[in-house]
Amino acid sequence: MPNEHSSRQYEQDLEAIRSRVLQMGGLVEKQFFDALASFRLLDAREAERIIAADLEVNQMEVALDDACSHLIVKRQPAANDLRTVMATIKVITDLERVGDEATKIARAAGQLQNRGLVPIAHEDTIRVMAEHAGKLLHKSLDAFARLDHKLATRLIIDDEKVDNEFRAVMRNIITFMMEDPRTISASLDTLWVAKAIERIGDHAKNIAEYVVYIVEGKDIRHTDYALQQGAA
Amino acid sequence: MINIATLSESAPIAAADLSPIIHVKDLDFFYGSFQGLKQINLDIFERKVTAFIGPSGCGKSTLLRTFNRMYDLYPGQRAEGEIVFNGRNILDKDVDVNVLRAKVGMVFQKPTPFPMSIYENIAFGVRLYENLSQGEMDERVEWALNKAALWGEVKDKLGKSGLSLSGGQQQRLCIARAVAVKPDVVLLDEPTSALDPISTVKIEELISELTEDYTIAIVTHNMQQAARCSDFTAYMYLGEMVEFGETDKIFLNPSKKETQDYITGRFG
Repeated sequence: MPNEHSSRQYEQDLEAIRSRVLQMGGLVEKQFFDALASFRLLDAREAERIIAADLEVNQMEVALDDACSHLIVKRQPAANDLRTVMATIKVITDLERVGDEATKIARAAGQLQNRGLVPIAHEDTIRVMAEHAGKLLHKSLDAFARLDHKLATRLIIDDEKVDNEFRAVMRNIITFMMEDPRTISASLDTLWVAKAIERIGDHAKNIAEYVVYIVEGKDIRHTDYALQQGAA
Repeated sequence: MINIATLSESAPIAAADLSPIIHVKDLDFFYGSFQGLKQINLDIFERKVTAFIGPSGCGKSTLLRTFNRMYDLYPGQRAEGEIVFNGRNILDKDVDVNVLRAKVGMVFQKPTPFPMSIYENIAFGVRLYENLSQGEMDERVEWALNKAALWGEVKDKLGKSGLSLSGGQQQRLCIARAVAVKPDVVLLDEPTSALDPISTVKIEELISELTEDYTIAIVTHNMQQAARCSDFTAYMYLGEMVEFGETDKIFLNPSKKETQDYITGRFG
């Protein structure tokens, strides 16, 4: 923050919330990558651990929401502070959802392993889109940390890529299933994973939109704002 | 998908609803050799609440006091520029300040009831401007006390001293006194800073009700109060108007960084 509050405590409270949100962001990012690894290696034990670790993400969500409520009641934030608190509350929700999606991926990994032989190239199918979604999530947290609205605007456009990749993955999986009905169970598990990854991309995009709200004061959700900026 | 161009930040007040009642142009104000206001330009809109915020000494009370030439009472204070009200520059020498002050009433920070009965507190000012029969005066007193949301509490003790009321009631009595002469504009100089929270809420509700008939200009140190009860907000600093705009915009997304720093408590 460029300017200090006259109340140091207020400044510290805001900063504490910010750093805890980023900490939560780091945790869900790790959950996502670990879940992908467990899916790649079909490691059911690791998948179990990831599912259990989601509890920590959930607890952080509750604690952070509480911290935001306290800040509002004590400080009555206005202008950029108010936008920061509003956006932070929403970021927290999106991060918790990312945690849930990671759990879904881990669960699919466990199920695939239980099925024994996997008859499709399950990991190859989703690798590219997983990489993109992972980058998107990382960069959106980066944009939130640095309040970089230009980066955020680019990320909103980039989310299109993940969405397009999801459609390609879906066609690919449908082909597996049509060719050989024995692959249907494994294909569906993989499809759920792809869907979870696509959702993580959406959550990252939401976070990027909140960054634009904090910095520019514009609520650009459900608008073509990023496309216009990208075209300009 | 919604086109961003059609999505306004917050619905602005329709320009058709706005007509300026006071138009301030290039206003300078001097306390002797010290310049208290510098080149103020501003419109006060009819039947809207305009709040003035800013740190102590920024000139907000000074500006408010120019609107009814309260400063005339003090030698060595003078204003230059234009304040157009009802088609006249009220800073002109030949303006009758008594008539002006009947049209532009004022309520101060500390309740200032006259040391007389509740009834007389209101009737006193009215008598200066109008010649009413006893019946008409009774009606006017009741009307004013009703406007100030005080009638129910004092109707059985109109003969008692105004000083016997609580602080919040005294302040509402002062507001009743101001509206009794049927002004166009009511100036409120930190009207709730000496009041408890419940009385403050009552005054704030009163402010929003008064906008049905009156234009209100309020100076306040309580920023939440400005956010709650005004339509427009002016942020002043060191005698200058830093930013003036719709209250929602000022408190959600001010254009100037100085404004943002002040209302978020980073400064002032």
